[in-house]
Amino acid sequence: MMEFLAERGSLFALTGAALIALGFYGFIMRRALIRRLIAFNVIGSGIFLLFGGTGYFGGGVDPVPQALIITGIVVALALTAFAAALAVRLARSGDDDDENPEAGR
Amino acid sequence: MNLLFALVALPLLFMLASLVAGRHGPRLIWLSAPLMTGLAVWLAIAVHTAPEGGALGGWPVPLGIMLEADGLAAALMLASAITAAITGLFALGSYGTTRAETTRSYTFWPLFYGLWAAVNAVLVSRDLFNLYVAIELLSICAVALAAFGSRKAAMDYLMIALAGSLAYLLGVVLIFAAVGTLDLSLIAERAPEARTSILIGAALISAGLIAKTALFPLHGWLPPAHGAAPPAVSALLSALVVKASFVILLRVWFEALPGLTEQAIITGFGVLGAAAILYGSALALRQEGLKALIAYSTVAQLGYLFLVFPLAGGGEAITLWAAGAWGAMGFHASAHMLAKAGLFLAAGLMIHASGNGRMDGLTGLARAMPVTTFAFALCAVSLMGLPPSGGFMAKYLMLIASLASGQWPYALVIIAGGLMAAAYLFRPLARMFAGTETPAITPLAHGWLPLAPLALAIAAMALGLLSAAPYELMVSGLPEAGEAGLEEVEP
Repeated sequence: MMEFLAERGSLFALTGAALIALGFYGFIMRRALIRRLIAFNVIGSGIFLLFGGTGYFGGGVDPVPQALIITGIVVALALTAFAAALAVRLARSGDDDDENPEAGR
Repeated sequence: MNLLFALVALPLLFMLASLVAGRHGPRLIWLSAPLMTGLAVWLAIAVHTAPEGGALGGWPVPLGIMLEADGLAAALMLASAITAAITGLFALGSYGTTRAETTRSYTFWPLFYGLWAAVNAVLVSRDLFNLYVAIELLSICAVALAAFGSRKAAMDYLMIALAGSLAYLLGVVLIFAAVGTLDLSLIAERAPEARTSILIGAALISAGLIAKTALFPLHGWLPPAHGAAPPAVSALLSALVVKASFVILLRVWFEALPGLTEQAIITGFGVLGAAAILYGSALALRQEGLKALIAYSTVAQLGYLFLVFPLAGGGEAITLWAAGAWGAMGFHASAHMLAKAGLFLAAGLMIHASGNGRMDGLTGLARAMPVTTFAFALCAVSLMGLPPSGGFMAKYLMLIASLASGQWPYALVIIAGGLMAAAYLFRPLARMFAGTETPAITPLAHGWLPLAPLALAIAAMALGLLSAAPYELMVSGLPEAGEAGLEEVEP
């Protein structure tokens, strides 16, 4: 597996792996929501870098991973924005449900 | 092809339309419910003769996006269309035009249609990355809907969903690095060349999807999120959302990687499924809140789905019965969709009427709400697996498959799970019929609301009564490994 990655832009792949490991540490060890969200993005960047590295082969670049990475970044952005909004609502008004008193009973 | 495209694109159009229509947005369900159900019926009839499929915009693989519906996809799409349509009509009564307009009634509908589109996209996608995008859309809509109930539970759900997505995405990248394609059938062709990398990727994908499906022991987020949400939302989450990630797991193991599976992996899924049945049922028995009980029952019922791995995929002498196990899984997924959505809607009405979500609030409700209680009881019958329900067909076929294949421990678990389901569902039912007085209840917003869970219950019954056609549909076009066992397919 390592040989395989080494053939195709091992620098990107290894950096990606390091980012994944760093982010994973943050995701597991931090309790604060925003920190975990940032850790999620660090892992995501690592995966995208790894993905980009797989598209590199001697003398050329496979465009498919690049197209998919852009899609992936959009998805990660949407998830991050949503998670941040939810975290803000949670911090401001707590778990109380102001509009539907029946829920949660 | 156009039909599949319509089934994915129309809910997205409705999502936009419900945003634009603003105050009139909720009424769109009168158009979308019959239209989508009709299209799903049409698809089921079309797939019955030949699998539907095609590439978006006419671009072939690997550049284009393939959509394809086999029998299982068509059957689940029909069941989810019925569930979503009826739940949507029910929600119209709860978040509809007659109540004071709140932010909530605006936000429910776009999320509802987004969720519906994502479920359909998962069912017909044939590409690991498309599946990723679809499951992310599904997660965002599901978490946002779960936040209607408890924001804290939704946040926990979101964190699990994020971790699951990352594991899934990393697995996809590793598989792409190994075989250079994301199309399921092309992966199946090229997989044997890079067995180890693929298995690592598949393990990451499976871990992510198991977290999103809430299979034991990663089920902790489900009961708070599903139990705290408003009834229509709980119904959608429990019926549709968790099934979608399970379907991806099936596609990965049965279609992309047949022949790569080890007996240990197959047994692993089976053991986790069996543990989920026993543990979820035991916890459901101990719940005092009605919706919490139903939510734990979802944990247990999801376990049955995973028995398809040992029953259809593993072992040696089971070739004859594997198709039965595949059909059983399809029956269980469909019957659980209908019955669980019905249970949540009925429970929501009862909790609204009695003003109490705990068991003791249910005393005597059968006399005050006969139709709702009848619907609750019918759905319970399907979950317990009593004839003539769809749930009975599922458990009966699973029992046959496990005995015929000599895997009798699973048969014991299936029987024990059925008995425990009867025990935990009889507790609320006994309460409803207890006492002699008719309790005073808060009147419902609309007199017709109990008809929604009743319709779902009748659909779950019909699935058992008219089981021949759905069975044929579910096993039509089943992957080779679904018939011959995961290890029997030559890689």
